[in-house]
Amino acid sequence: MGKKLRVGIFSFTGDEGCVITFVEILNYKIRDWADKVDFVHARVLRNKNDMADIDVSFVEGAIASDKDRRKLLEIRENSKKVVAIGTCAISGAPSNHRNFFDEATREEIRPILQQFQHLEKVQPLNAFVRVDAVVPGCPIIEPTFVKVMENYLKEFGVT
Amino acid sequence: MSHQQDLDITIDQISKIEGHAEIDVKIRSGEVQEVKLKVNENKRFYEQAVRGRPFHTVPQLVSRICGTCSVAHLNCSLEAVEKAVDITISDQSRLFRQLTMDGLMIRDHAMHLYLFSLPDVLGKDSVLDLEGPEKELLHQAFHVKSAGNALSKMILGRAIHGIYSQVGGYSVAPTTEQIQPVIKELRDVRPYVLDLLQIYLDCPFDFRRTTHNVALVSDQYDYLDGMIHSSRGLCVHEEHYGEHLTRVVIPYSQSAGYEFEGMDYMVGALPRMNLNRAALHPHTIRDAKKFISVFPSNNIFHNNLAQGIEILHGIDHALDILEGADFKKEAAVQPAPLPKNTDSTGVAVIEAPRGNLYYMVSIKPDGSIQYANIVTPSAQNQINMEDDLKLLVTEHLDKSKEKITFEMEKLIRAYDPCFSCASHFLKVNWT
Repeated sequence: MGKKLRVGIFSFTGDEGCVITFVEILNYKIRDWADKVDFVHARVLRNKNDMADIDVSFVEGAIASDKDRRKLLEIRENSKKVVAIGTCAISGAPSNHRNFFDEATREEIRPILQQFQHLEKVQPLNAFVRVDAVVPGCPIIEPTFVKVMENYLKEFGVT
Repeated sequence: MSHQQDLDITIDQISKIEGHAEIDVKIRSGEVQEVKLKVNENKRFYEQAVRGRPFHTVPQLVSRICGTCSVAHLNCSLEAVEKAVDITISDQSRLFRQLTMDGLMIRDHAMHLYLFSLPDVLGKDSVLDLEGPEKELLHQAFHVKSAGNALSKMILGRAIHGIYSQVGGYSVAPTTEQIQPVIKELRDVRPYVLDLLQIYLDCPFDFRRTTHNVALVSDQYDYLDGMIHSSRGLCVHEEHYGEHLTRVVIPYSQSAGYEFEGMDYMVGALPRMNLNRAALHPHTIRDAKKFISVFPSNNIFHNNLAQGIEILHGIDHALDILEGADFKKEAAVQPAPLPKNTDSTGVAVIEAPRGNLYYMVSIKPDGSIQYANIVTPSAQNQINMEDDLKLLVTEHLDKSKEKITFEMEKLIRAYDPCFSCASHFLKVNWT
């Protein structure tokens, strides 16, 4: 068996619809990808995860807290490619409602934001790190995800 | 084996109970002092975000609260809005909603049973690590999931954040050509579900703590209609459900907890099976008799078995509706004019995969949302899970820290708190 693509699947602030759509994509791609892709970090699928030397990280969700931000930097450091999947990761929406709240509503939620070290604004991934590719949609468009994965299989010489 | 004397356990990012959660355990002088289940999913403030929005846009918005059970949020918010604006949907639309619930339960429970819990049963880290004859289970997993997906897609256009559903009805009706392959897929996977049930019946996992069960009890086990029953014999109309709940602020958790009648309680497949199994589809009752006879049960791990029975019921119930069906495109039912001087309020309670889901919406005379209150199943189960964890740790004080950690993870996974929860036990810090 040749080299496998080392893939990470990560989730930040959002509803997880994109990671779930990824798991739905496996309904028809698992047979094909089983020999080509090593899901080295995918908490949706395994407990023991490996953050080192990832080829491609697919990241869903917006960055809402300092904890999110630090984790995203760690992913970037350990990944050759980072792909933002879904509109939360690409633009922040719809997880960024609070960015647009009026002053009264902002006051209402302030204690929670402070208690749990939320950032002032909910931000997309590219506010903090370089993003190499995107898969748009809410949730992600399935054929686009498949295409991005298969492009990277080629680029990394996995056949 | 010596008892654990002084020990702190932190399980970082256990799970996604709608995202992320951690567990902190503090043992002092051989006694459990503290068990904290901390939901630390970042809040997205949907109750605030819907304020001021036109009521017909709310279902698509709140669908985004949860990726895995978006269909439940969609259906529950639709029902609440429709009650507020005095809409009664057509019989066909009602069947469509039931079918989407069947599709949701098939897909969502299959995900939990095959991808999250099965590795615990088979002693593997991941379903992807299955080898030899067990590998067939991996393919069955994706096949069963796919059948549930196909059912939801047929009615809603897609399985997550469906697009054909609207206040008052559906913009598209499936054709006979679209229905046939879905029927075939449901029939094809049915035998796999019986095999899966046998695995969970044989599974020796056992944890019991007497608690209150709460579930919607409906004539056809359809997750949408009926009265809310409790294991202590209480029977509540959905409109009044909120009055029986007490919201409990848990300072270290980003999610509030709830008490029913001032007590901890459980919602989900296990309570549904305990309280409503007589209403299962006749074919399910016929073929799953030995599995159903396990209930009533207070073994939390029988939540898995209950979910498996619901997959079978979903298949049988959906096949019943789809075989010979001839659906027609219908116009959506239009709302009555809103009263000029007062807000209109609607309340809905449905059964989502993990237990009952409550929506209360209040609409202003201009059609915008004044107020929304949403109570999710995993928030309702939070206190019960924490109380279970306390007893579990107490019962395992003579075990190693690794064993205690694994048992806690296994227990939380049995609740299926929210989709990816199951495998979100990233790292354990021992201090």
